[in-house]
Amino acid sequence: MRKGSIHYLVIFVVGMYLFLPLAATFLYSISNTWANTILPSDFTLSWYQELFSDQRFILAMGRTLLICILALFVSMITMVMAVFTITVYFPKWERFIQALVMLPYAIPGVVAAVGLIKMYSSKPIVLTGTVWIIVGAYYVLILPYMYQGIRNSLRTIDVKRLIEAAEILGASKWIAFLKVIVPNIIPGILVSSLLSLSILFGEFVLANILVGGHFETIQIYLMKRLKENGHLSSAVVITYFVIVLISSLVMLKLGSRLQNGKTKEKVS
Amino acid sequence: MKQKITWFSVLALLPFAVLVIAFEIVPLIGMILDSFQSDNAYSWVHYVTALTNPYYFKGILNSLQISLYSSLIGIVIALVASYSITQMPKKIQTIMITFSNMTSNFSGIPLAFAYIILLGSSGVFTLLSKELGWNILSSFDLYSWSGLVAVYVYFQIPLAILMLYPTYSGIQKSWRESAALLGASPLQFWWHIGLPVIFPGLVGTFSILFANAMGAYATAFALVGGSYNIVPIRIGALVSGDAISQPHLGSALAVILGLMMIGAMWFNERMMRRVRRDLQ
Repeated sequence: MRKGSIHYLVIFVVGMYLFLPLAATFLYSISNTWANTILPSDFTLSWYQELFSDQRFILAMGRTLLICILALFVSMITMVMAVFTITVYFPKWERFIQALVMLPYAIPGVVAAVGLIKMYSSKPIVLTGTVWIIVGAYYVLILPYMYQGIRNSLRTIDVKRLIEAAEILGASKWIAFLKVIVPNIIPGILVSSLLSLSILFGEFVLANILVGGHFETIQIYLMKRLKENGHLSSAVVITYFVIVLISSLVMLKLGSRLQNGKTKEKVS
Repeated sequence: MKQKITWFSVLALLPFAVLVIAFEIVPLIGMILDSFQSDNAYSWVHYVTALTNPYYFKGILNSLQISLYSSLIGIVIALVASYSITQMPKKIQTIMITFSNMTSNFSGIPLAFAYIILLGSSGVFTLLSKELGWNILSSFDLYSWSGLVAVYVYFQIPLAILMLYPTYSGIQKSWRESAALLGASPLQFWWHIGLPVIFPGLVGTFSILFANAMGAYATAFALVGGSYNIVPIRIGALVSGDAISQPHLGSALAVILGLMMIGAMWFNERMMRRVRRDLQ
């Protein structure tokens, strides 16, 4: 019994260590003043009120959503088509493609930014400071996650046979792909999309270096506000974190439902 | 029939290929070529500068050092914590893994900010410890190297827990029992059996943590802006708009950092392959 309680102690200490910064940020965002006491003395929601009526915050949030969703949308469509085609018709290329899409996982944002700036800040193609370069950079950034998600869901179904069956029944390749394959892998795609979304939401380096002054995303907004007002910034952090949390909870639920579905199929 | 397959394939692969070439391959190749360019001729001069100029060399050393410390501290804490998690009832295990997953999202600028609130020059704990007359925190400066390591450790721990937790499943309970029956102490068990089993996973996780810290930019940037001399910050300063910016040197440093990261990932992949083989 004494042995077991050591493990509870370890988990409690590490858990507290991880929890403390989050809890402090939350308390800071709902307190008027907080100095020289263990807990803040008076609470208020005025920082959130101020934040949500700040035009700049709303705009930054809108911009972040715009580029994230744009990158995700393009990624979903092009990746599903490409990964499907490669697994079914060109399995020989798979290793090569895999190396290609996993590369961004190893390349830190600041390195990726150097190459993009080099290529697109002078003629013939000038993209720095525009939405397009950040959408392109984000597209590459989420390649590994989207690839893994799509590849794994394709593995769970017998793609070749489904396509053959659809074709025997008179469907064209496009129809077979859209009406048979896509509906089967949509849950898997959603999970990897949510993961990608939470990664893109927290992205700072690429946004700061590639479009910094021209296009204020939520992370850049936070960075600029950091020095002005601590309480307001902590309200930004909490709002941002709640969004990421909700998307990862949805992801978890979706993921476990998928697994349940799979085991049920196996049983029956 | 053959014709139809080709059309479908071309149409399906084209947008993906165009985007990957435009935003991944071309910039990477451009950066590598750029790093070898000096007065319209090809040379190693920027690499020589990056590795011999005391300032940049110090930056690389600082990066290596900070990554080493934060990964070591992080992995030791996570090693103990994730073992304790495996000893919990199933329900608490799930909660702790979900919690680690959640906090692994807490990094970069929001994390740096939380530390500023807690331990910055007018942070809650800093003021409180002054009030109470404690001396432990008065020697701690968040904006110094130890401060940076402290913040890095925070984002390493949840990641390390998530990666180490599954490797413990390689140690079967019956092994412990048989070792105990044969008269081995717990220490002997861990030294001769437990550690060798989790070792590849441990080394692989370490290389991921190391790479993670090497490439981190936002945390340090949010703490003190451009004044830390670490590689990612130096690269950022060299390529983004400074008056005396040297893009070629920035490219060379970026290639060096990129190679280090790819090396770490490759190493992890090899180690993980061994773990998977052992688990089977």
